[in-house]
Amino acid sequence: MFDSLSDRLQGVFRSLRGEARLTEVTVEAALREIRMALLEADVNFKVVKAFIDRVRDRAVDQEVLKSLTPAQQVVRIVRDEMLALFGDTQGGLPTVQARPRVILLLGLQGSGKTTTTGKLGRWLAKQGRHPLVVSTDVRRPAAIEQLSVVGKQAGVRVYDPAGEMDPVARASGALADARNSGFDVLIVDTAGRLHIDDDLMDELRAIKAAVDPSDLLYVADAMTGQDAIKSAGEFNRRIGITGVVLSKMDGDARGGAALSVVGVVGVPIAFVGSGERLQDLEPFHPDRVVSRVLGMGDVLSLIEKAEEAVSQEDAEKLERKIRNNEFTLEDFRDQLRTIKKMGPLEQILGMIPGLGNLKELTANREKVDEGQLSRVEAIINSMTVKERRNHQLLNGSRRKRIAKGSGTSVEEVNRLLKQFVQMQKMLKQLGGMAGLGGGGKKKMRGLAGMKGLMNR
Amino acid sequence: MGFFERIKDSLARTTQQFAERFEEVVQGADSPEGRTRPVDVDTIEALEEALISADVGVAAAARIVEAVSAKKDRGQSLRALVRTEILAILQRAASPPPDGQRPHVVLVVGVNGTGKTTTVGKLARLSKDSGLTPLICAADTFRAAAVEQLEVWATRAGVDFIRARAGADPAAVVFDAIAAGKARGRDLVLVDTAGRLHTRTNLMTELDKIRRVAAREVEGAPHEVLLVLDATVGQNGLNQAREFMSVAGVNGIILTKLDGTAKGGIAVAIAHDLQLPIRYVGVGEGIDDLIPFSPQEYVDALFEEKW
Repeated sequence: MFDSLSDRLQGVFRSLRGEARLTEVTVEAALREIRMALLEADVNFKVVKAFIDRVRDRAVDQEVLKSLTPAQQVVRIVRDEMLALFGDTQGGLPTVQARPRVILLLGLQGSGKTTTTGKLGRWLAKQGRHPLVVSTDVRRPAAIEQLSVVGKQAGVRVYDPAGEMDPVARASGALADARNSGFDVLIVDTAGRLHIDDDLMDELRAIKAAVDPSDLLYVADAMTGQDAIKSAGEFNRRIGITGVVLSKMDGDARGGAALSVVGVVGVPIAFVGSGERLQDLEPFHPDRVVSRVLGMGDVLSLIEKAEEAVSQEDAEKLERKIRNNEFTLEDFRDQLRTIKKMGPLEQILGMIPGLGNLKELTANREKVDEGQLSRVEAIINSMTVKERRNHQLLNGSRRKRIAKGSGTSVEEVNRLLKQFVQMQKMLKQLGGMAGLGGGGKKKMRGLAGMKGLMNR
Repeated sequence: MGFFERIKDSLARTTQQFAERFEEVVQGADSPEGRTRPVDVDTIEALEEALISADVGVAAAARIVEAVSAKKDRGQSLRALVRTEILAILQRAASPPPDGQRPHVVLVVGVNGTGKTTTVGKLARLSKDSGLTPLICAADTFRAAAVEQLEVWATRAGVDFIRARAGADPAAVVFDAIAAGKARGRDLVLVDTAGRLHTRTNLMTELDKIRRVAAREVEGAPHEVLLVLDATVGQNGLNQAREFMSVAGVNGIILTKLDGTAKGGIAVAIAHDLQLPIRYVGVGEGIDDLIPFSPQEYVDALFEEKW
């Protein structure tokens, strides 16, 4: 996410780092680079201009020029101004009284409304809500069917009266059903439409009037260009928008245009879609994104991902095992699976502070080898239960068998075992430390404190 | 309605948007007294802004601006110069579509939500109207209900349809479709593929597999690999084109959703940076709303004498 922008900016700052003193000339050169980076990221022209002017005003300040760490000062200014650009939002959905809470999703064709409906349904269910979803897209062939499938995958109830082809009737029918059956959230998916299509905009207004939504989420493709502001602005003017969902942020799109929407149209980003899986939807956190853009890592998102992938019990069980020195190959395999559950490895690495640069090293198409994880898993799978619990059983012929069974080589099996033994040793030391005791609760408290720190 | 009217109609809004900005820029520069002066910094900056707001991109915009300001001092009209530059970029990239063995295999690829499925339906209709016998192959086995969506289009276009079970191997469906095309003596096999972000290496490799299967069945297949780009796409369109070119061998562009206010300026950027020709443009939701692209007429429509 935002990788290219972050690469460009890091390049600029690296060249600044060499300067003992900043001069107006070097600041100007850096600003030119930042301007190009932002324009190539599709940030709106006017937003770029205003942004650069503000950064310049603050950067050529005597305090900054005279300071011993001018580059860091400039980074700070860019960071502050970017945060200001994103506005004072915290992502997710605001609390409202209405029951059922009605969420209307709208946007251009192909921005990802139906997929987002499913993801949002799943997200809400995870928060302990009971969402009902309904499609009012009677135009695109098989759109209603698509939501039925997506809803089923997300484990969310889909309201779908067969034969009802009037969008407004579908929406109000769903609202009545949600009321009667005790659903506390209704998500209404709508047909994609152009902001200049008067008939369809009227239809949208009619749906809005019928269900009186508290949230109108505009789904914006992160890859859109300069036109984004125009269409979002028009949707906002005609229908009203309360938040933006930035979709398809898992590509190399820089999302600059969609982000300008926030600055120009003045609506906050509520969620970010970061993949094709239904769990790939996260509340938007400007501070985290800015940190990531500037290569400062994103520990909080990482921890949240881990929390979602690991249950409290599993964590406690693992901790007990480590303390009692019972960590086996089986546990090792569970850990691998957990990591895989957390999402693409590259994405995870990017969240670790300092590792943003690591990606440059592997940039020349040498992607992080996701397959390596699968191979390790295959090796462990090819062992007998006994072997997994006691790796010391593994003699030469057993290793040969395992290599054959997993389609790998004996060298690979050996390497894995060596790594495992090292890991066991490390964990033993860790388990011996008193500080690890205390269980999950304590960890959670520490986390909450950290969140407070970051939010400031 | 011919190409010219259709595209003019759909570009009307585009033209307005682009024209309004442009009008301000060129009015001063093309006035009788303005013509004799070299282009001033403000005009250059405003022109650059107009081009970048049209998603033409930093590189292509810089090139156009540079060419224009170099020639301007000979008293030429700024409007005509810009028009000529854009046309030149598009024409340099233009080339006739490849032609060869029958059935002619066309892969339609792109990122999610650009309009691939709809475009395949329209393309089937267009080629049927021109006297060919197309066959549609639904190789998007990933997105929920994608096959059903395409089936509706195939029925509307009145052409053969080869479908796959959800979750089946797309390459196997393509194999089936080409075999059916050969057996039934069809001229054209149109393959709809699942939308995929160009950064997802494993999904991109799947396209390569489809290519290999097609190549084994018909000589030179896939003859055309068309990348569907949403006209609203920004500079990421360049990355998309670059990646799909290197992995899937894209050799043409289809620009969709040109009936909005987006200018599709990314097509100019792609023509400039990658020399990829635009083959078709999508101008609406109806089955007939796909038209073959012509640089000359596109620029004519874009630069129509409204301004």
